[in-house]
Amino acid sequence: MDWSTIYMIWLRDLIRYVRQRSRLYSSIARPILWLFILGSGLRPSFGAIQGFDYTQFIFPGIIAMALIFTSIQSAISIIWDREFGFLKEILVAPVPRTAVALGKGFAGSTLSVFQGTLILIFAPIVKVPIAWYNVLILIPAMFLISFALVGIGIIIASRMTSFEGFGTIMNFLVMPMFFLSGAMFPISRLPSWLKVVVYINPLTYGVDLLRNILLGISNFPIALDCCILLVFSFVVILSAVFFFNRGEY
Amino acid sequence: MIKVEDLARSFNGLWAVDGVSFGVKEGEIFGFLGPNGAGKTTTIRMLCTLIQPSRGQAWIAGYDVLKQPTEVRRSLGIIFQDPSLDDRLTAYENLKFHAIIYKVPRRERKMRIDRVLGMTELQGRRNDLVRYFSGGMKRRLEIARGLLHEPKVLFLDEPTLGLDPQTRNRIWQYLHDLRRTKKITLFLTTHYMDEAENCDRIAVIDYGKIIALDTPENLKRMVKGDIVTVHTQDDTLAQKELGERYRVVVKRDSSGLHFEMDKGEEFIPKLVKDFSMPITAVSVRRPTLDDVFLKLTGREIREETASDKDRLRQRVRRIGGMR
Ligand SMILES: Nc1ncnc2c1ncn2[C@@H]1O[C@H](COP(=O)(O)OP(=O)(O)O)[C@@H](O)[C@H]1O
Ligand SMILES: [Mg+2]
Repeated sequence: MDWSTIYMIWLRDLIRYVRQRSRLYSSIARPILWLFILGSGLRPSFGAIQGFDYTQFIFPGIIAMALIFTSIQSAISIIWDREFGFLKEILVAPVPRTAVALGKGFAGSTLSVFQGTLILIFAPIVKVPIAWYNVLILIPAMFLISFALVGIGIIIASRMTSFEGFGTIMNFLVMPMFFLSGAMFPISRLPSWLKVVVYINPLTYGVDLLRNILLGISNFPIALDCCILLVFSFVVILSAVFFFNRGEY
Repeated sequence: MIKVEDLARSFNGLWAVDGVSFGVKEGEIFGFLGPNGAGKTTTIRMLCTLIQPSRGQAWIAGYDVLKQPTEVRRSLGIIFQDPSLDDRLTAYENLKFHAIIYKVPRRERKMRIDRVLGMTELQGRRNDLVRYFSGGMKRRLEIARGLLHEPKVLFLDEPTLGLDPQTRNRIWQYLHDLRRTKKITLFLTTHYMDEAENCDRIAVIDYGKIIALDTPENLKRMVKGDIVTVHTQDDTLAQKELGERYRVVVKRDSSGLHFEMDKGEEFIPKLVKDFSMPITAVSVRRPTLDDVFLKLTGREIREETASDKDRLRQRVRRIGGMR
């Protein structure tokens, strides 16, 4: 495996992230918006869910949101790299494209985990107690979820010829995936036809896992969540590498 | 160093490159000259293993482009037609990342980076973000980057496109220096006629086919004699008389009447003495590659307007700040 290439792709994305404050700011602004404005607004009408109030209930969901937005955005940067030429510089180098795809995967997951961890600063405000060892479990869980999501993003980026399709992706894939993952409301109250979609959505198991770690409540056993996420990540990363290898640039 | 046999590539049924064959010797400066859309970039992309040829074969430094892509990539450096730097990184970072993916040994990295920066006179800008560079500086940095891993063959796709004449000259200076000091082989494309004269040999390419391949001198010899330009009070009458008296094909445009004539200098005194009407101005010049292209294709190589995609890209680049 070409670790130096993976490292370079990873390092480059991190440097770009650090130099570009807007992503950091919006990653802090977005949870405030959802958690405090939407959350506080809806709290009275939801009442208690499995012993937690609404803002507490959606807190793991907000972390999942940070993961999905950051992951997809990171992967989509491949399209920018293509449009602005840098991708050619990498692809003409004597390195396997698999290493390039994996580098993107690691970079996107690293940034996602960082953004997700950042959300934890809001935990005391919504009164979600976090033990330090929970953070240690949370990080690999977030990494697992992110890796799969970046994989989805890479597949999209390799299939998409321009970034004009970006809005379409957000509306038809990212938002539905987020809403139908049980992040914002309990699955049990959904009509059964929607439940089917929710069960197919891999992010559902990610949200369930996060909620299990943070609040101790869940719909599925933790082992099932992890299994499904592992299998899904594996399949997605393999297909991402496949599609990325196949494209002509 | 480069060998190409019947290389071709089609896009949706249209042949962008339609069976080109040529060879380039070690240490040679070889030029591809042709108008926009002639197939120059497509040829380079095939040689660099970025796209698959539809038919034909090619070898770079002895390696088969189809069967040994990794070895081919290791042997070549490329300066793309469109910018390919990461403008959010500094010059140094761009070079360092290139060194990493090309596996330049760690202890050599700094020395080599310093050397290529020195050669392109960019030492002073080493730690500046590339987005604040001028077009010429970016181009120089790309050349520096292309040389960093010491390739055997350097491809340059329109290396001076869009640069002012002064910067163009400077880039040519680097390229000549490079050829003098290293044994590197240069393959470049251009649609600037005057620039092609810097090459050892030129392939003239039009509609995906090579229509002539020779040294600039030999190509210019294809145009018989010199180009004589004449101005008179009545160019219409003069055009007729010149054609009848000297049996030459006379072309007329806003700058006067032009025709080919053997030993132009000796012809002028005769012309001035014999001609029936007063001549207001006359000049003789050696043929240029422009004249050759005109003769070969019946068209002039002209600067075409930017395609829609280029225009879109420029617009995006302008709003690129929001990335
Ligand atoms: N990816 C592509 N898809 C479709 N057509 C292409 C593609 N790349 C190049 N072409 C077409 O191939 C022809 C040659 O293009 P190119 O090699 O870029 O010319 P040049 O570099 O000489 O200006 C042009 O007509 C161009 O439109
Ligand atoms: Mg071109």
